[in-house]
Amino acid sequence: MRAMVYRGPYKIRVEEKDIPRIEHPNDAIVRVTLAAICGSDLHLYHGLMPDTRVGMSFGHEFIGVVDQVGASVQNVQPGDRVMVPFNIFCGSCWYCARGLYSNCHNVNPNATAVGGIYGYSHTCGGYDGGQAEYVRVPFADVGPALIPDWMSEEDAVLLTDAAPTGYFGAQLGDIAQGDTVVVFGAGPVGLVAAQSSWLMGAGRVIVIDHLEYRLEKARTFANAETYNFTEYDDIVVALKRQTDFLGADVAIDAVGAEADGNLLQHVTSAKLKLQGGSPVALNWAIDSVRKGATISVIGAYGPIFSAVKFGDAMNKGLTLRMNQCPVKRQWPRLFEHVHNGYLKPSELVTHRVPLEHIAEGYHVFSAKLDGCIKPLVVPTAA
Amino acid sequence: MTASSRDLPTAYVPSGAAPARDADQLRARIPGWGVDLDPADRPSVPKLQFHEDLSGAHWEFPERQPERWPRERSIEHAFLTPVFGTACPPHGLSGVIRKFSYRRYSEGRAAHWLLLLLADRVDAWESHLRSFATLHPDNPITETGVLSEFSHHGLSSRLGRRRSDLVHQPLDPVIVAGPWVAAGGAAFVGIRTLMRMLRR
Repeated sequence: MRAMVYRGPYKIRVEEKDIPRIEHPNDAIVRVTLAAICGSDLHLYHGLMPDTRVGMSFGHEFIGVVDQVGASVQNVQPGDRVMVPFNIFCGSCWYCARGLYSNCHNVNPNATAVGGIYGYSHTCGGYDGGQAEYVRVPFADVGPALIPDWMSEEDAVLLTDAAPTGYFGAQLGDIAQGDTVVVFGAGPVGLVAAQSSWLMGAGRVIVIDHLEYRLEKARTFANAETYNFTEYDDIVVALKRQTDFLGADVAIDAVGAEADGNLLQHVTSAKLKLQGGSPVALNWAIDSVRKGATISVIGAYGPIFSAVKFGDAMNKGLTLRMNQCPVKRQWPRLFEHVHNGYLKPSELVTHRVPLEHIAEGYHVFSAKLDGCIKPLVVPTAA
Repeated sequence: MTASSRDLPTAYVPSGAAPARDADQLRARIPGWGVDLDPADRPSVPKLQFHEDLSGAHWEFPERQPERWPRERSIEHAFLTPVFGTACPPHGLSGVIRKFSYRRYSEGRAAHWLLLLLADRVDAWESHLRSFATLHPDNPITETGVLSEFSHHGLSSRLGRRRSDLVHQPLDPVIVAGPWVAAGGAAFVGIRTLMRMLRR
């Protein structure tokens, strides 16, 4: 089969690989029909995530058709069109039994701090991902769901990570009616978080970024007020002014490890790998919200320490809530919201890249060329 | 409240001066506004609720996946997890570093992660060198996708834009090409020195 493979920082290519095999009785092999590149894939692409091995195929956002199933699989069968959450989870460990699918303890031997994620380094379990023609899907009775007939392929693939993560980020903010919510980052996850904040009753939604084309999308897609932080000497002061010197009630960090806005933080993390991530957005969130506010962190950071302003967070009595999104727990509600037209994740798609040209797709997304917000990957055999 | 206190910013007085947001107006303007208003009726609430159906799992503990080679694992785990990824088994010098890191250090130790990052860089070099002995050597032009700069508006996506990342983007080619240039230079100097020694 054809598959994207990592060749070292900033380098990927498409190679011929063996079709994955059934390794466990509850495995399925899925033929991928559509995949996406996630902003967090760029952390791997840039060599920021420890134990990212040459030869690995990335891709944790994908949908497809079941091709083979293991002996114990009961809930899906060959030919089924399925969407697969980015979390790999067993359903039965202490965490899964309590709905924390992203924290599954039975699928990632390499680390206890994070669960299993498709195509996301050995730190997340060493599973190949879905930017390929075929992918192994463990615990096929637990993770995948049939794609409803009414749902578009684009909506389905965005519901495997970006959309539920954004919605989950708004939930973590504990938004109350009338709250002012500031979302840092106008990528796909941040845009859905902004849209979801309205569903939870926000009175005002503000989105911060430095890419004007993404801020334009935040205005049209998410009905948000927007601020380009490069136009302000100090975005924290600007946000204080905008909130009558109180600060927002809720902030959502939808940026994560490669945040811009502070050259020292960015270079020491994204370039020199001396921090797990550049916590510029998180520090801005800490400093700009009101005392007693809630900060939701859904941006991905690496496992090494980061220079976060915990002193300010403590002094302000903030509540910091964070996790990888347990996708399947969000799905029933999100299916309703997509069906009712309250969330429209497919409107985020800007590019469709053939698998054979995926290196260009990564470069365009990484360098933020051509108004790129969400690139999809179309496998050769799809 | 005194007349002057009404003019003070919200944070400095007991009750906020911010205008009340009208729910009906928001509902009319934003499709779906407030449909998830009730915090108790959101998908992740209540936290840590026990799910009797185990999300479709029909086991208390999953059957164990065969271990086809000694699988590295965190020493914070009680045992090898029953299911695990099988991509890219450790090999070469990078594999030695990775296995040592997993065997010796927990996830709580910086040494664990820094060794894994070192192994990643060693792995890349091992793989680049190995590729030169194949019919499919690494090609930094095609593998970086840099030619998309010409097909996807590389210049106009940057020119005249207030993009904060433009300050550090010039570092990317240095990170990608720098080690190759340095290795090429070292190889050139080494070969030239060797030739001179042989001529003497």
